[in-house]
Amino acid sequence: MLDKILFLLCLASALADERCMPAGRDLMLLMLQYVWNENEMFLFRASLAFAMRNHMNGQQFEVSNIIVCNETMRVSFWFIVTSPLDTSQLIDQENVEAAIRQSRNRINSAFLLTDKTLEFVDILPTLATLYTHPTPPWLIVFGVVMGAVSAGIIIMLVSSVVQKKRKPQDEDDDEETRVKTVENGDAHDGIHNMSFSEDERFTKM
Amino acid sequence: MRLVLPNPGLEDRIFSHEDLERMEKEEAEDRPKWDNKAQYILTCVGFCIGIGNVWRFPYLCQSHGGGAFLIPYLILLVLEGMPLLLLEFAIGQRLRKGSVGVWRAISPYLTGVGIASMLVSLLIGLYYNTLIAWILWYFFNSFQDPLPWAQCPLNENRTEFVSECQRSTTVDYYFYRVTLNSSPSIAESGGLQWQMVLCLLAAWTVICICYIRGISTSGKAVYVTAILPYIVLAIFLIRGLTLKGSLTGLKYLFTPDVDELMNPQTWLDAGAQVFYAFSIAWGGLISFSSYNPVHNNCMQDAVILSVITGLTSIYAATVTYTIIGFRATQKYENCISENIMTLLNAFHLPEDSITTSNYDTALNHLNSSSPDIILGLDFKTCDMQKLLSEGVEGTGLAFIVFTEAIINMPGSPVWSVLFFIMLLCLGISTLFGNIEGVVVPLRDLNVLPKKWPQEALTGVTCAVAFVITLLFAQHSGIYWVTLFDNFAGSVPLLTIGLFEMIAVAYIYGIDRFNEDIKFMIGHKPSIFWQISWTFISPIIILVILVFYVVTQAQKELTYLVWDPDSDKFPSLASVPYPSWINAVIFLLAGVPSLTVPLYALWRLVIVTCKKKKKRVKKSSNYLNFH
Repeated sequence: MLDKILFLLCLASALADERCMPAGRDLMLLMLQYVWNENEMFLFRASLAFAMRNHMNGQQFEVSNIIVCNETMRVSFWFIVTSPLDTSQLIDQENVEAAIRQSRNRINSAFLLTDKTLEFVDILPTLATLYTHPTPPWLIVFGVVMGAVSAGIIIMLVSSVVQKKRKPQDEDDDEETRVKTVENGDAHDGIHNMSFSEDERFTKM
Repeated sequence: MRLVLPNPGLEDRIFSHEDLERMEKEEAEDRPKWDNKAQYILTCVGFCIGIGNVWRFPYLCQSHGGGAFLIPYLILLVLEGMPLLLLEFAIGQRLRKGSVGVWRAISPYLTGVGIASMLVSLLIGLYYNTLIAWILWYFFNSFQDPLPWAQCPLNENRTEFVSECQRSTTVDYYFYRVTLNSSPSIAESGGLQWQMVLCLLAAWTVICICYIRGISTSGKAVYVTAILPYIVLAIFLIRGLTLKGSLTGLKYLFTPDVDELMNPQTWLDAGAQVFYAFSIAWGGLISFSSYNPVHNNCMQDAVILSVITGLTSIYAATVTYTIIGFRATQKYENCISENIMTLLNAFHLPEDSITTSNYDTALNHLNSSSPDIILGLDFKTCDMQKLLSEGVEGTGLAFIVFTEAIINMPGSPVWSVLFFIMLLCLGISTLFGNIEGVVVPLRDLNVLPKKWPQEALTGVTCAVAFVITLLFAQHSGIYWVTLFDNFAGSVPLLTIGLFEMIAVAYIYGIDRFNEDIKFMIGHKPSIFWQISWTFISPIIILVILVFYVVTQAQKELTYLVWDPDSDKFPSLASVPYPSWINAVIFLLAGVPSLTVPLYALWRLVIVTCKKKKKRVKKSSNYLNFH
């Protein structure tokens, strides 16, 4: 809310100090929050002269060529631009508008303002284009999530297939041990083989 | 002597108490089991606490008298919600089957109840996952600064914004145009929105992996999906309370208006909300309870779950309204500032001569001194009450109001990510119960072969569901979602709930049910439970059902569309449905509700035909023998 400064500057094509009459144009008002004094006005006129010089090469615009009138408390005013060669001649609106458009940034920076806070009525600012990312960020996040989830699914499926493969193997092992115990049981039922029991006593090292 | 309808053969179809004891000791059951009690409770909490707690309950609370709404809500929670909850828990734990199996065991004529539950779960699951897809889209898009819904795109000559966005707001434009690309009516399908197709694919894949081995995987996932929302809500509560205007929102929410208690609509809405909040009649709770050990204290679980649901609803409503209050205050202040600017411009006054505090006096003074200028000016109406009450339920709350509030908070991407992760967790944990209520009955009905492993069942269900939900990825998708939400999830659930209570109380027998509970937890349910099951809860549900059907039948069927060409733009325009919608509504609401009596009738016909054939055979054998 600091820089609620809106300059609405208007261009008039009237003559002399009567030149500064509205003549049906929209008023461009300047609304300043910081102290507006003579020096600031001088800076404004100087920056405008600079803009005109940039636009119309060769013509040496001076601060005196920028005439300001109808100042209000709201810091808004009208201005007109006279040609340096002939002070009775006015520069037409299109040229002034073009000059301002060209050097808009510099004029803004002179006052540390932006397009929003320094407004020239009838000159619409070209809005800054939004930054477009080369790849949309959402696609990146989507790729990460889908990749992780798909990897998870594949791991789960593979592990359950592996588990199933191991299950028949375990069942085979179970069968073999069962067969063995049956065989041992048969051996015991028959002749008691002493060599086994004696081995146990001897192998206690 | 209680009223019990004759039910021959019941003993043969269910496990006896001795069987259950034996199975418990030997662990001879081949059903999946919960790893621990916490998993079961968290799964049920996640199932019951869904997105509706965030975006439906706060709206109901505020529009029906604020703090006073809690009275009917809590009363009906106890009289309607808790008994139904205990009924589903106990019957699942006792009969140890999924929803179709349980009703088939009670009586083969009642299998229709299970089938209806499955159909309703399927229909709800389809549109619910579309909401998840939308939330996923916003979640994916939250990882950038500035957030994409913070600004309008520019038009060709870069002098101003796209007209549709200029006339409405950036968040509206982002939701209806960029995300959904909505057509102006449900009849114009307009083709598929490919970003939505991708998001739907992501949503179904996430559900697939979480449920891929049944409750052994979803039981682990709920540790995150059931607990994370509470943490995020706490973070938002702290953030919300420090924002300007949050207390305005809270006051607006909780200011009691006792006159609303006289309005029957309040009680109806409270009853309906309790019913839907508990996810009763979806079949998922019965399934989940059947994996419990036989002597699990289901009565305690029912009470705990009811308390948690009630408290969470109030908690979520508080958080929601701090954010809503903040947004409304922001918009109000912006509105006043614009009016001040208009005044300052018109009268060339210096900057700080008019502020929000002396705006009214200044306006009056200027009006008296130069009324003609004032008349020519274009003032906006700044109405705080209107701002607090707009768009605060359903998708409007999450995708419009909240997103707008988030772009005004410092550090927006973080808040956006947190918010949408919370909604995702709430939705996914509800979908676990949903998919359980679809997959288990499909297997019990032999639609999906029993030999298939759980992974194949989950995979096939998710794949088929993905293809069907492409309906919602069209440009008219949002209108279909609203249609499903209004009709698939309302009347059928109430009808099934009613049938469930009648089945358990009067066909299974309330005495037998009491004995079962005594066997499972050690003592009979008190007189409160018995009266609720036999009289109070069925009557409440019947009243809600009748009133709902009557009001729906009297209303003209209309829906809200986003139409840039309509005069009401940027508000949604109310348009009547095309005539073929009646067929769709009948499919959504009528078919599941009618499944119960139709199946019973069909089975009666088949059984009588078989009996006739047997009698003919017997008499012919007799004749042959002689």
